[in-house]
Amino acid sequence: MDFPVELLANAIVAGLLLGGFYAAVTAGISIAFGILDIVNIAHPAFIILGSYIAYIVNANFGIDPILVSLIMLPAFYVLGGAVYQVYYASFERRGQEALRGLAFFFGLLFITEVGLVLVFGVDYRYVEAIYIGPTLRFSFIDLPLRMLIPCLVSLLMMLCLQLYLTRTFIGRAIMAVSQDQLALRLMAADPVRIKRIAFGISIATAAIAGAFLIVIQPVEPSVGREYIGRVFAICVLGGMGSLPGTVLAAILLGIVESITATFYGPSWAPAVSFGFLLLTLAFRPAGILGR
Amino acid sequence: MRFWIFLLVALALGAGVFFGARYLHNDYLFFAGYVVLEYLVLATAWNILGGYCGYVNFGTAAFFALGAYTSVAIHKFSPMPIPVLILLGGVVSGIVGLGMGYLTLRLRGAFFSIATLALAVVVQTLITNWDYVGGSRGAYVVRPALAPLVGSYIQYLFLVMLVLAIAAVFAARMIERSWLGYGFASIRDDELAAEASGVPTLRLKLMATTLSGAFMGMAGAPLPYYVGYLDPASGFNLAYAVNSIAMPLVGGTTTWIGPVIGALLLGTVQQVATVTISSAVNLLIVGVVLVGFVMIAPNGIIGLIEARLRARSDR
Repeated sequence: MDFPVELLANAIVAGLLLGGFYAAVTAGISIAFGILDIVNIAHPAFIILGSYIAYIVNANFGIDPILVSLIMLPAFYVLGGAVYQVYYASFERRGQEALRGLAFFFGLLFITEVGLVLVFGVDYRYVEAIYIGPTLRFSFIDLPLRMLIPCLVSLLMMLCLQLYLTRTFIGRAIMAVSQDQLALRLMAADPVRIKRIAFGISIATAAIAGAFLIVIQPVEPSVGREYIGRVFAICVLGGMGSLPGTVLAAILLGIVESITATFYGPSWAPAVSFGFLLLTLAFRPAGILGR
Repeated sequence: MRFWIFLLVALALGAGVFFGARYLHNDYLFFAGYVVLEYLVLATAWNILGGYCGYVNFGTAAFFALGAYTSVAIHKFSPMPIPVLILLGGVVSGIVGLGMGYLTLRLRGAFFSIATLALAVVVQTLITNWDYVGGSRGAYVVRPALAPLVGSYIQYLFLVMLVLAIAAVFAARMIERSWLGYGFASIRDDELAAEASGVPTLRLKLMATTLSGAFMGMAGAPLPYYVGYLDPASGFNLAYAVNSIAMPLVGGTTTWIGPVIGALLLGTVQQVATVTISSAVNLLIVGVVLVGFVMIAPNGIIGLIEARLRARSDR
């Protein structure tokens, strides 16, 4: 029996593209959880919210879903800032973020999901765009455009984020907030304001990731749940708060999942990412590029 | 001595509830009551780890479903009485709890919580791919027509769950007032300081996850007989996780009575809302109540009552 090289090569390429998309999904968690230490398990719910907004605008006005998400960025940024303000006032200031903060985000996740079910039902929704459907072919390698476009835009977004975090004053202040809040205060920057900005950016990435998600696959409200473990697996695996690490881990996980799905069947794919997460947590909690 | 008085009072209350419901001749009461009691056990079990130690477990559904699927697997092999199944379900979930705790409890609290979420999905994937217990198609469990002791099968299930609930609350109360409870509280308040003072924190946390997981598994064991048909989507329903977190937080997490109050209150409201409004709305209620309580009344109903009493005594 000869080894299916073409199948393997296609699985790896598909995994690469999937990984690029996973990087966009995880970017927000890398900022919120990795840098700010806010365990926002409701992040996938915000992504689904982004998907539904892209769906509504696309279905009614025919605007490209990714373009919609770019227009929605300021709205999601403000939403993120507001959520952080509530979180700060109710939990962080009182030093109760551990137990009750987690429960708060869990509740948010649940409310968003059930709210979407009540408004839109549990039917799968999808969008229309010119790049959904056609596929580029290089000899035996398939490059479906519906995967390629999100992957490229996502990598571009990660690059912009990384430049922002390392080259601008606010970006550096965001990196500093996780290390020493007092020192930050001595530099005349208000940690709460910096964190609010950072959390706003984190939620803003969810708008873009949501548009990618609905381009790649049809979406229903509970889809977000299977991303919870995945995004945290990638975030921890990549090393807390490291965006290059996040991209690396996302691509690694994408490839492993894609190979599992190709050779063993898609029903095993979720177990892979979570197995990865459990093993990382047990043996190398600092991740690949951990600080 | 006071433990035995408490147990007697609880048993008397339980007997009162059971015979009161029987006197009303309404089988629906038993169906609804079973669910409320099931949540009471889950909330109490969650609170042993979450409330006493401060470690948030999002994987209630995994432990619960493991108990249920243990019953399914044994039922396919050879049917056994439910109390035996409950014990076995508890053993399986307890062992899984111990294993998971061993893997993750050396990490900070938030990592533990995320790992429990991951565990839920891993276990669900394994069950979905395991054909012996029905896989993704689900499994039918035909229950016997007649039950021991009380005749009607739903009344028998209700009685079993009632006894389990009393046992769980009794165990939680006993833990709370023993050296174990003080150890747990020291972990919750300041783990580093506890460790430095010679509290064996890892061992205590492992005991808490094992106990908590075991009770969740026990609560799940009779489920296949209650629903008659079990598939992964219903066994691993997120509602179990949300409810088992919301109920203790609404009632108050530091004492055994908190989860009891929370479960009776939220459980009953949900049963009423399911019948009168819709089952999606009742889940929304739980979410909103959870978020509202953690923001406004961080110590739950018990905290509100205590604050009121303190204010009165100050005057």
